[in-house]
Amino acid sequence: MIRDITIGQYYPTESILHRLDPRVKLVGTLLFIVSLFLFRSFFGYIAVTIFLFTVIKLSKVPFRFIIRGLKAILILLLFTVFFNLFLTPGDPIFELGFIKISEEGLRSAGFMAIRLTYLIIGSSLMTFTTTPNQLTDGLEKLLRPLGRIKVPVHEIAMMMSIALRFIPILLEETDKIMKAQMARGADFESGGLIKKAKSLIPLLVPLFVSAFRRANDLAMAMEARCYRGGDGRTKMKPLKYKGVDFFGYGTLVLYLVAVIASRMVENIIM
Amino acid sequence: MIRMQIVFDHVNYIYSGGTSHERHALKDINLSIDKGEFIGLIGHTGSGKSTLVQHMNGLVKATSGHIYFNGEDIYGRDYSLKKLRSKVGLVFQYPEHQLFETTVFKDVIFGPNNLGLDKLEAELRAYNALKVVGIGEDLLDASPFELSGGQKRRVAIAGVLAMHPEVLILDEPTAGLDPKGRDDILEQIDKLHKVSGITIILVTHSMEDIANYADKLLVMNHGELVMNQPTKEVFSRYKELEQMDLAAPQVTYLMNILKEKGIDVETDVTTVAEARDEIIKGLKR
Ligand SMILES: Nc1ncnc2c1ncn2[C@@H]1O[C@H](COP(=O)(O)OP(=O)(O)OP(=O)(O)O)[C@@H](O)[C@H]1O
Ligand SMILES: [Mg+2]
Repeated sequence: MIRDITIGQYYPTESILHRLDPRVKLVGTLLFIVSLFLFRSFFGYIAVTIFLFTVIKLSKVPFRFIIRGLKAILILLLFTVFFNLFLTPGDPIFELGFIKISEEGLRSAGFMAIRLTYLIIGSSLMTFTTTPNQLTDGLEKLLRPLGRIKVPVHEIAMMMSIALRFIPILLEETDKIMKAQMARGADFESGGLIKKAKSLIPLLVPLFVSAFRRANDLAMAMEARCYRGGDGRTKMKPLKYKGVDFFGYGTLVLYLVAVIASRMVENIIM
Repeated sequence: MIRMQIVFDHVNYIYSGGTSHERHALKDINLSIDKGEFIGLIGHTGSGKSTLVQHMNGLVKATSGHIYFNGEDIYGRDYSLKKLRSKVGLVFQYPEHQLFETTVFKDVIFGPNNLGLDKLEAELRAYNALKVVGIGEDLLDASPFELSGGQKRRVAIAGVLAMHPEVLILDEPTAGLDPKGRDDILEQIDKLHKVSGITIILVTHSMEDIANYADKLLVMNHGELVMNQPTKEVFSRYKELEQMDLAAPQVTYLMNILKEKGIDVETDVTTVAEARDEIIKGLKR
């Protein structure tokens, strides 16, 4: 049940995208998200769609798996569409009583839905193809310059990788505790809001206790292995750019140029 | 009265079906457990024991196949799983991780309260259950988080006992307990079995424990149920058990060696007491 959430999961398989340096993927995802908010018309839309679907194809992650992650944001998606559809002022193309749908509303609802969907797909593609360790390694390296202005880059990256590592563990733990309490007759589904909130106590208390216990154990284990922060620490697998990575950066630049060009074309013809 | 209490009919279970980490944890399981039996469930780590027992009270729904409790299909349309769970008590592997209340007593009474019993009856059951597992009155008002690991385990077992199940399933209840604690708990469980006649299913990695108490053994191997026989018959196939990373009790090996050395003893011995008698007999022969 809880396991169905696929956002943020890693999908182990062999693909060119999996082999890519995490820094390329991080920068790429950032660029992709920015580009989503750059385009305004059909041309840009086509460019972004082609790019996204090529990347999905290259990643070898099954489409079904990607779509499943979207379920989690369905409600958010519906809300966005709803508000944009009915609350955007403009020329009404459809009226029924107090309900008005304007052309602008329709457009912006459509675009928002597409942007949101692409945003989720784009960023989950990054996590599907990059292990949490690679991700934080990449982030640490990318942000290293900030270390000069006293930003604790290594610590942030370490915290991130621990947090990411703990997500599946805590999900599993939740599942286990839920089952154990259900075996004692606990009921997590029925009842009103207050009763439901109260029924969560037998779940949340053990979950927190175990989270703290794990955190404690981990801290102890790290200390036992002489962890003392990032200073002078070397990597087992240092990140090094290879041929594909430069190719990746090149593709990203091309993509960005295409989106900006489409934006300019829009400005000229409109 | 129906004798067959729990019946599995071609049960399969697949974890994370349809994804890359798919795992076929149970493969075509068929079995039936009679009322009042003391069953041992053994198998190597990851063989599917915990998954199997979680099917028995409907916590996990089989990917395919049917499960019957007292003749009724538990996946039937109007079958109440909540009621099933009050009849089939399951003590999880490491149950101490499910404690949550402020006092030991309140934690144990959680189950009975969920059954909708009146206050007095619920308290009585909780009180008795704690007595059965050997938690003294001085600990009733302690916080469950202050107890030692073994005490926590006892409290957690009491939490399930207090629901008065017809079937009691214990998933490695003695892992990590000291020898005395282990014997205490198993003795109490055996007593419950003999006195109130409830069905017991004991999952364990200790062949000695199982030889001492279980009448019948279920042996799991890589998700398949490979043996379902009386305890002695299973242990006489110890060569096969070894292939599955299992073993027979130490004394069974001892008897086999004695026999090889020419002492006339029966080799189907599984407990220390039996072995003693058999050796004395053998030496006299
Ligand atoms: N929640 C889960 N998600 C995915 N796979 C699981 C899950 N729980 C168990 N498995 C897998 O199912 C198989 C059977 O696991 P199970 O816990 O039933 O084994 P077990 O016999 O109880 O082992 P142990 O003796 O270690 O308790 C294992 O291969 C395990 O990796
Ligand atoms: Mg287990």
